[in-house]
Amino acid sequence: MANLSYLFAAYTAVWVLLFLYILGLSRRNRSLEKEIEELRELLRRKT
Amino acid sequence: MRRFADTILPAATFVVMVAALYMVFVYVPSDREQGIIQRVFYFHVPLAIMGFVAFGTVAVASILFLWRGTRVWDRLAHSAAEVGMVFCSLVLITGPIWARPAWGTWWTWDARLTTTLILWLIYAAYLMLRSVSGPGDQGARYAAVLGIVGAVDIPIINRSVYWWRTIHPAVLVTRTGGTGLSDPRMQATFGICFLAFFLLFLLLLKVRNESFRLRDALDELHQQALTSS
Repeated sequence: MANLSYLFAAYTAVWVLLFLYILGLSRRNRSLEKEIEELRELLRRKT
Repeated sequence: MRRFADTILPAATFVVMVAALYMVFVYVPSDREQGIIQRVFYFHVPLAIMGFVAFGTVAVASILFLWRGTRVWDRLAHSAAEVGMVFCSLVLITGPIWARPAWGTWWTWDARLTTTLILWLIYAAYLMLRSVSGPGDQGARYAAVLGIVGAVDIPIINRSVYWWRTIHPAVLVTRTGGTGLSDPRMQATFGICFLAFFLLFLLLLKVRNESFRLRDALDELHQQALTSS
């Protein structure tokens, strides 16, 4: 079981980075959707 | 198609990824020479291959963007570049973690390592160019040229272990022509891991592409709001 810590470090790095990227993507998409909805509402009220 | 992208793809990615983790940590035997650290390859190699696929997608989509001039191809190129950077960064992180116990050093200026780092730098420049160029097609066109030229490095990385004296192992096809994964359980584990990262690539590409589409829709609405006021 030598080098188990290196194996653990490699898989942790993969999962942490992927998790952060997916989290960032979903946050960005949610905020864009919200902004689009607000702008559509504003345009609806104007016309 | 929409149902596949919204429900089946995320579910399939999750299931196959869990299966891949089970196979890597429970099912597959350890390598006789390298021991347990060889199991890093089951993620490292598929990540590298999918990174190349992502940057290859950038090149093809960039050619189509320059040819047709439609935003759809530009969005695909930009999305693929970002996903490719995530995968390539993970390759450059997991590689040294394997190298430390195997070679006794985190990094060496080996041909494959160096050409992979060059690929990462090229597409980092691509993303920087995208982020500093303003709205309009000019920045996208410059980036498309860089995206196409950068992909020339992919076959060089692939052949580097055969062209130059290198200490990087040839995992799938050895220098003598056989496979580096002789045990059928190792081959099955590699196959499942490859499928897991292929599905993950499609999923990330789809989500990132969606956010660029939303950004374009938002810009259009801003334009409408400006003209109506």
